[in-house]
Amino acid sequence: MNNDNMNIDKINSFQKQQNKEEMKKQIITFVLMIAFTVVAFAVVASGLEAIYAVPLILILAVVQVGFQFYYFMHMKDEGHEVPSSLIFGGIWVAVLTILTMTTIIWW
Amino acid sequence: MSIAATQNRGFGATLWDYLTTVDHKKIGNMYIAAGAFFFLIGGLEALIIRIQLIKPENDFITAGLYNEMITMHGTTMIFFAATPILIGFMNAIMPLQIGARDVAFPFLNALGFWLFLFGGILLNLSWIFGGAPDAGWTSYAPLSLQSPGHGVDFYVMGLQLSGAGTLMGGINFIVTIVTMRAPGMTYMRMPLFSWTTFVTSILILFAFPALTVGLFLLMFDRMFGSAFFDVALGGNAIIWQHLFWIFGHPEVYILILPAFGIFSEIIPAFSKKRLFGYTSMVFATFLIAFLGFMVWAHHMFTVGLGPVANAIFAVATMAIAVPTGIKIFNWLATMWGGSITINSAMLWALAFIPSFTIGGMTGVMLGAASADYQYHDTYFVVAHFHYVIVGGVVFGIFAATHYWYPKLFGRILNEGMGKLAFWLFFIGFHLTFFIQHFLGLMGMPRRYWVFLEGQGLDTGNLISTLGAFLMGLGTIVVLINVIYTAVKGEKAPADPWDARTLEWSIPSPPPEYNFKKLPLVRGLDPLWIEKTEGKGKMTAAEPAVDIHMPNGSIFPFIMTIGFFIASLGFIFQVDNHLWLLAVYFGMALALGTMLARSLKDDHGHHIHKEELEREAD
Repeated sequence: MNNDNMNIDKINSFQKQQNKEEMKKQIITFVLMIAFTVVAFAVVASGLEAIYAVPLILILAVVQVGFQFYYFMHMKDEGHEVPSSLIFGGIWVAVLTILTMTTIIWW
Repeated sequence: MSIAATQNRGFGATLWDYLTTVDHKKIGNMYIAAGAFFFLIGGLEALIIRIQLIKPENDFITAGLYNEMITMHGTTMIFFAATPILIGFMNAIMPLQIGARDVAFPFLNALGFWLFLFGGILLNLSWIFGGAPDAGWTSYAPLSLQSPGHGVDFYVMGLQLSGAGTLMGGINFIVTIVTMRAPGMTYMRMPLFSWTTFVTSILILFAFPALTVGLFLLMFDRMFGSAFFDVALGGNAIIWQHLFWIFGHPEVYILILPAFGIFSEIIPAFSKKRLFGYTSMVFATFLIAFLGFMVWAHHMFTVGLGPVANAIFAVATMAIAVPTGIKIFNWLATMWGGSITINSAMLWALAFIPSFTIGGMTGVMLGAASADYQYHDTYFVVAHFHYVIVGGVVFGIFAATHYWYPKLFGRILNEGMGKLAFWLFFIGFHLTFFIQHFLGLMGMPRRYWVFLEGQGLDTGNLISTLGAFLMGLGTIVVLINVIYTAVKGEKAPADPWDARTLEWSIPSPPPEYNFKKLPLVRGLDPLWIEKTEGKGKMTAAEPAVDIHMPNGSIFPFIMTIGFFIASLGFIFQVDNHLWLLAVYFGMALALGTMLARSLKDDHGHHIHKEELEREAD
């Protein structure tokens, strides 16, 4: 009985450590995402030329989507291989479609 | 609920059982039965087309009716015959093959079926409500915008309903395969039919949204005055073609991959050898699916995309021949040196290989963009896609019917009639379509109502029509066989073919919970492993436990009725705004049922282990 308790304590402390780490990462990404959003608004407010501003905002957006998927939706954790491959498959099809539309219909 | 339903039940009780069922096997059977019904309708339409073309300048039907016939033949055969029959087999067989007790979302499964069925009924209602769709199964804008009457509206709403159902089915199968495989059933031990179900479901998941979007745009253009495809108002008609084929090309792989899976089950079973090159078969399936998304513009070579786009899509198209070739050689190598049994199922599989290869070869010819300018919109194209779809998919469906009939219905189809039907259909098929290659090369355009005398097209068309009647005869023999088997067919044992995969380790037809104890899978072809090691039956992976089962529900049916009424409302509100009431009522019914379903806790029921133990093993 005593032994069991000790084991559980050990597991709990390991778990606590893990949770603490996880929380730290969550907060860092959250702060980063807010910062990115602020930067995006700032870029537009500063009156930077569109040719620089648009790609910059797009890059920020992509990184944010990455954070969203990997940290907040836990795609970085184990056991998410199938959902991630399906998501990447979907992104691939969407990119192909948009690429074709922009190049051979609207260009 | 007792599993020993020995006493006969009344018609009403049986009907209620089927209306409310969430059992994947019953839903699968209903998919197959409804698909077969639509297959007969599509076949009748095909015969009418061929009668019209039996001689030059025939006037069997009018030009307008002919347009409706070709449109409805294509739409019915693709969306309401081939797809649902294959989904029916996936539904009924795939969970048995991976050792699951049901699909992941039984309620969604029932909803998907009813949406498909009422989509099909809606489309065919157009015949009595002022004319069927007549803009071709591809319904290209601007023709589909110009088409008078409500025909194309029925096409849009019917496909939208059934498309939603198919999408649900696809998601359901993906989740089932990812989460519900039996202990030991790793991905690389899954039977090929389960693999192709998985890959097909991924294709459905990615391809159907493009159709949904396209149909929405067409619906708004036709019913609510938008101008997505109307060039005069700044729209672009080519967008429809792209959206349709971004869906449409993966759709043909949605049809053929399950058929590949079916043959990959039948050929090893009747050759008494394991599938040759299992890993490469899985790899080839994925490669076909992957490349299948990058070739849609080969349907549009003559639109004027420019030489660069045409060249890219031509190369991608030809690349698909490589994984397909891998599969063909693997099937041949599986039979090589095997102890081959030739019965009805195997006959269809054997006939498939050369027939499909001819279709694949003409596919590569059509894929050569510069040559395609010559073939485009001729009977050469018609011959090509009937060779791949009939020679591949329909042969696959017939093979699967003979192979899995004992598992689904507990009786074995009559072999004599099976072989007779095969030879009638096989000879009829080649008579009908082989000559069409040459008609096409001689310049006969597709979709034309009549052709002129003295252009060398007369004999070819006559032969083609005669072949079509042979195919019709073959189908009738299959029907007679089904009825005969239902009346006096021999009862099937659990494993009538001495086969290899899990579905043959349980009784035919399987009990509603499929596996009394989940089986322990020790490798590829799990049942065969146990047979070779002298045990002959599966080892259980768990002790006897209470089995959790979902409860039946009438909600999917009511929801579908709601969407069906709303669809009719959408179609007719163009004439009279009072029909908007039907839209509101139908949507309220559907959404209200959804709400009721969400608020009501339904935890299902258990079949207790004591009850299971009372049953003999």
